[in-house]
Amino acid sequence: MRVAVIVFPGSNCDRDAADAIMQVTGKMPKMVWHREAELNSIDLVVLPGGFAYGDYLRPGAIAAQSPIMKQVRAHADAGRYVLGICNGFQVLTEIGLLPGVLMPNSGTKFVCKPLKLKVENSDTAFTNGYKNNSSISIPLAHHDGNYLVQDDELSQLEDNGQVVFRYEVNPNGSVNDIAGITNQQVNVLGMMPHPERAMGKTDANNDGETLFKSLMEALQ
Amino acid sequence: MKAIVKVQLKPGVLDPQGSAITGALQALGYDEVLDVRQGKIIELDLQGTDHVLAKQRVSEMCGELLANTVIERFSVDIID
Repeated sequence: MRVAVIVFPGSNCDRDAADAIMQVTGKMPKMVWHREAELNSIDLVVLPGGFAYGDYLRPGAIAAQSPIMKQVRAHADAGRYVLGICNGFQVLTEIGLLPGVLMPNSGTKFVCKPLKLKVENSDTAFTNGYKNNSSISIPLAHHDGNYLVQDDELSQLEDNGQVVFRYEVNPNGSVNDIAGITNQQVNVLGMMPHPERAMGKTDANNDGETLFKSLMEALQ
Repeated sequence: MKAIVKVQLKPGVLDPQGSAITGALQALGYDEVLDVRQGKIIELDLQGTDHVLAKQRVSEMCGELLANTVIERFSVDIID
């Protein structure tokens, strides 16, 4: 599995994502600066967490205009895989690879804690290692995770099984407790929680590792 | 020529910052404040003199970048 992690000015989980990929694949991913214009022979693009461009204008809005994002779009349009974590999810909604938008948390506070998620669809390349309806614990760290989407698109997400992760207790006001969604073709996943922070290292929790292992399995 | 762009959350979209400001004003004793909706003003310096064209171009900028039309509405005023 050949992986690229896109690095924006203000990304701060890019190396965590790289460590997670390294742990699972044994190979360091390619770190790709956002100003680069090429993505060659890559199976999976990771858009990491952080605060690209300081969240100026809106989270992800400026990052979505970076030169590399044209390539990320082409990569996704070709059916190859994209994983957007936290700020990466926000970037994916801003460029329209995923529907909806991530608004400021309804409680106005930055939320930073491990949280239980329900796996709603394990029939994806990102989640095949989980059991359907299982409860997993993944850390959360964001200010803008309040997912909102137009009603017709919400029904579409629900009907197609595109809601992959749901919060057991809603931390941010997100509609239908949504924590992570895929696109219709199921090759793009955006999620607010940080699987790269649950790799079984600093604590016993390796629920995030399963996601990266699932991808490795699917992309081999 | 300048463009003054106002971007605000659409009616009905929860505005947590507006709610926080409402609470703070009420705490200061301004009991008449029922609700606050906040937004942003973006001022653009533009070359050219054609107001109609400018308004059209800036509206395009709003759709592409300055506003997220899923949740926000915008208005554009062109001034000299």
